[in-house]
Amino acid sequence: MIENKVQTGHDPLSVELLQSVVDVARAFFGAQASSLFLLDEERNELVFQSVSGQGEGFLVGRRFPAQSGIAGWVVATGEPMVVDDLSRDGTFDRGLAESTRYVPNSLMAAPLVHHDRILGVLEVLDPVPQSRSSLNELDLLALFARQAATALRIVVDRGRPADPEPALDGSGRTAARELLQSLQRMLGSPV
Amino acid sequence: MNATLTWRLVDRAPADIGVEAAGPAVTPDWAWGGATGRAVRVCVVDSGVEADHPRIGRLDGAWTVVDAADGGYSVEPTDTGDSCGHGTAVAGIIRRAAPDCELFSVKVLGENAAGTGAKLLAGLRWAIRQDFDLINLSLSTTRIRFVDELRALADEAYFRRTVVVASAHNTPVESFPWRFASVISVGSHHEEGDPELVLYNPRPPVEFFAPGQNVEVAWPGGGTIRSTGNSFATPLVSGLCARILSKHPRMTIFQLKNALYLLAANVRVATGGTT
Repeated sequence: MIENKVQTGHDPLSVELLQSVVDVARAFFGAQASSLFLLDEERNELVFQSVSGQGEGFLVGRRFPAQSGIAGWVVATGEPMVVDDLSRDGTFDRGLAESTRYVPNSLMAAPLVHHDRILGVLEVLDPVPQSRSSLNELDLLALFARQAATALRIVVDRGRPADPEPALDGSGRTAARELLQSLQRMLGSPV
Repeated sequence: MNATLTWRLVDRAPADIGVEAAGPAVTPDWAWGGATGRAVRVCVVDSGVEADHPRIGRLDGAWTVVDAADGGYSVEPTDTGDSCGHGTAVAGIIRRAAPDCELFSVKVLGENAAGTGAKLLAGLRWAIRQDFDLINLSLSTTRIRFVDELRALADEAYFRRTVVVASAHNTPVESFPWRFASVISVGSHHEEGDPELVLYNPRPPVEFFAPGQNVEVAWPGGGTIRSTGNSFATPLVSGLCARILSKHPRMTIFQLKNALYLLAANVRVATGGTT
């Protein structure tokens, strides 16, 4: 079983892999930002692992409670969701959103699942209107989250303390390469 | 992934899934005309519910599943509300559809991410044994080890006349208990014009579709947001069931499901029969 062991200093390939996931998600949904969170089960917190767009550069490593807000909803239910009209409602996790220096109007989020366990959450902030609040887009987000979960699983697996070899072994490198190629094929654009 | 699994109506319109049914016609007026869900006890098994939210009003009881000293779980009264908003969103839709029903909450989600399947079972079992008339379950578990116990619980509810209205998963994965015939299972359609448009799915296991796209839902703190998913289709069906039961309190679950079937907008009752 994988432990959701939070690492603050991933190796460059892991960082690149997770960054590519959020960069592609942001581009694909025409969003203002995309973030990938790892669930730290021990502390029941979500940790920013990679960010594209708004918040890029200062959010990685920040933590917040895993039971609150939209991300908490996704962790609790284990299902993807789309919310809109957030700016109309003053109670939407505003403290958290403002601490990230960006308050979205709409948000899509999906759990990153490995077998029966939730490893983390993928969020897409302010996607272009045609991507929002549509069942088909929810499917697409869930599909995308499967790829992201695989990426996160590779990175978490590599970061386990028991792993004596910090670099990817042959199978890990192949899996990472296949993942990126699969993302490229799915999106039809260079990653 | 199961290619035959239908959990949501996409790329098809109600006219594409017309069904001819046998039996006497059932009209909305007969089913729930003048009914408001009064005296029907509805329990939301979810992440908790924010009491006194403008879209929800009175909450008649709230409990949470907590760790017990023996390593299991116990169910205790709570005033902790809703940590993530899911249960509040669900409760608001039930209240909209059945304004005079009695609403209760059992919190099985939201305290932490681990052990949610076991807590779901503990909370559901407790709720069934309180003899609520109806349990809304906008949740499911993908954990196969819980399937047998969940199936037994769903059957227990069925024979106790506690209606379990259960959400299909938002993605095409195997999850439970919505797959069981003893519950009323609900997925989403994408028609946004009629907030009470219910369709029967001619290709179960999901039996009914209700509005699940761009639904205005209650949000903790007194406000609303709009959201998309099967979670919000399910409480509409729960609310309609509460209305039917408030007008026809002696209905069994199979009668209730039959009424929903005959009321579905895509089901046409054909007169006569084959020889």
